[in-house]
Amino acid sequence: MSTYPTEPLKCWNKAKELRENFYADYAAAKERGGLRWMGSAWAFDAVPRGLGKDVYTITGEPYAASCAFNRPVSAEFLKASENYGFARDLCSYMRNYWGSILVNKYAFGGEYPKPDFAWTQHICCSHGKWYQNACELEGGDVPLYVVDVGAGAYPPFEPIYEHRVKYVADQLLDGIEWLEKVTGRTFDDELFLEAAWNDIRSTNKWAEICMLNRTVPAPLDEKSIYALYVFGTLEKSSGAFADFYDELYDEVKDRVDRGIAAVGNEKLRWMSDTQPPWGFLNTYRYIELWGAVSIGSIYTYGLTGMWLYDDKTRDLRPRPLPDKKPGTREEACTMLADWHLSKPEYQHFYSPRYKIDMMDAIARNWKVDGIILHYNRGCEGLSIGIAETRLGLIEKGHKVMTYEGNMGDEREFDESATLNRIEIFLETMGLQKPVMGHEETLRQ
Amino acid sequence: MIVSGIDCGAKNTKTVIMNNGEIIGKGSVLTGFDQKKAVHGSLEIALKMAGISQSDIDKFAGTGSGMDSIDVADTMVNDIKAMAKAANYFFPKCRTVTDVGAEEGRAVKIDENGAVVDFAINEKCAAGAGAFIEAMCRALELSIEEIGPLALTSEKTIPMNAQCAIFAESEVVGLIHAKTEVKDISKSIHDAMASRIVSMVRRLGVNEDVAMLGGVGKNPGFVEAMRRELKLEHIFIPDEPEFGPALGAAIVASEEA
Repeated sequence: MSTYPTEPLKCWNKAKELRENFYADYAAAKERGGLRWMGSAWAFDAVPRGLGKDVYTITGEPYAASCAFNRPVSAEFLKASENYGFARDLCSYMRNYWGSILVNKYAFGGEYPKPDFAWTQHICCSHGKWYQNACELEGGDVPLYVVDVGAGAYPPFEPIYEHRVKYVADQLLDGIEWLEKVTGRTFDDELFLEAAWNDIRSTNKWAEICMLNRTVPAPLDEKSIYALYVFGTLEKSSGAFADFYDELYDEVKDRVDRGIAAVGNEKLRWMSDTQPPWGFLNTYRYIELWGAVSIGSIYTYGLTGMWLYDDKTRDLRPRPLPDKKPGTREEACTMLADWHLSKPEYQHFYSPRYKIDMMDAIARNWKVDGIILHYNRGCEGLSIGIAETRLGLIEKGHKVMTYEGNMGDEREFDESATLNRIEIFLETMGLQKPVMGHEETLRQ
Repeated sequence: MIVSGIDCGAKNTKTVIMNNGEIIGKGSVLTGFDQKKAVHGSLEIALKMAGISQSDIDKFAGTGSGMDSIDVADTMVNDIKAMAKAANYFFPKCRTVTDVGAEEGRAVKIDENGAVVDFAINEKCAAGAGAFIEAMCRALELSIEEIGPLALTSEKTIPMNAQCAIFAESEVVGLIHAKTEVKDISKSIHDAMASRIVSMVRRLGVNEDVAMLGGVGKNPGFVEAMRRELKLEHIFIPDEPEFGPALGAAIVASEEA
């Protein structure tokens, strides 16, 4: 029985179209005489934009998540990767991605489009090696540039010394020269400065959008958020994506003003931590039948959004836009380095305590009743310290449940056992199992 | 009022029939591949023992990993809630319950009404489930009935290092080759299993009294290993612990009727 009015997002179709065009543009880049590059969703994608308006990217994590969402395709890619000799316990995004190259099949149709160069960064133990191997699988003639971002946590967790920012900014400046060398193109500072500002405004705006989800009822649910946060991982420096987030903000704000809920029967709010098993997102819809809405996660909020944590109020706030736009290449590199080193998803690489504080801030201020943590065997980076996170959140008074799975390898996710565990968790929080036929559909 | 709880487990399917809170019938059969057949087989035995017919039962509740096959069930009860209710029925002062079934180990923290406060379930791993002991029995060429009492005769502590049932089996084979006495290996197996379950209990906090349900509760070697690991004087176990979840389901059926 609905308690709150609900309606679909008006900009939903536009979001779908933008995403489809992104992957189609990458595939068709050569027909337009353009360039293609591959790299991490965390890469400083504003920099290659300085090479021209006809430069297109495929970012590995969202591409691999799309592969994982299509379970038969993913099974084919994972098998190819394992047959090649890659170990099954490596990052499942990476294995899906390599499998796509090995099978020579693009998840969106046709052959896998070979990139001209790889431009990425190295935050976890897999990232640099991911593209090193991808370049080799492409024949060994794809040049690779990796930015090391292991410069330490951001305040208030650790001091942000000037040399830390400079360490990353200098790599970006060197990278610009490298890009000119490997592509033979002249770098256009104006294009770069515009892209750098788009990066900053899109990631600021996403955090502002997430702030709106503090409202009861929540205007957005996490399954929908997965389809929206993704632009910050596809190419956060895209002007089209930054503009879309402005539009999305206005619509979500309007939903808040009118009391429009994402889930009409919202009785209880929960949150998660890291990537879900992408092939099983219907689990979210099943939980909604109970009246429980996932309002988001440290992952969706903190990977695309830029925040500042206040340890006195134990709260997060969107990191404000800088006072002025960057005017030079050097200023833009410094601004981007400083901006991205504050990314919440970077912080817990340094200590699970930082993740505990941020998740506690979300749980408290977004009025969360329970937390579901994913022991994600598929991501060595974001799985760091989850067991410690669980203990920390329990100590802070939160109800926490864990389940074991894999974001990109369905063989490591037991859907039936996980649903059973979630049902028990929801019952312990006072919800009753809904009398509906949908469960049978889910369990088949 | 007559109610029935049916627990369709991975290895055995059990039925309990209660009349106004008193157990009047029980039945158990191997689950096998045909779960529905097992459900009706165990029900038939329980009905015979109770001396009633199926139409005399006012409400059925189902639980267990195969509960979707319990076609007579009016309501479904998750296995954690079922074991909590059963533990509260047998031991009202109990606040922590463990249940080791064939495929899963569980620990539950309950309140004075038998309501679930918190819970832990072992991940997809045989090392925390009854299947672990069965696999080790095969390696030692012992029956499941023999291994527990044999473990009680050992006074040695041989740590088992493997964290996985498959590798533990290799380790057992290694111990056999090293001429380790079978009774000592048996104790080592139970200690390893108990340490897995106890780590789940500790996640919730050990709140006395502690009760144990599930078929492994009939294994004295395992119960002793659990008692040692938990540093308790006594673990409370009903006479037929394997019927615990079925009984818990029956209690829920009576509450909802």
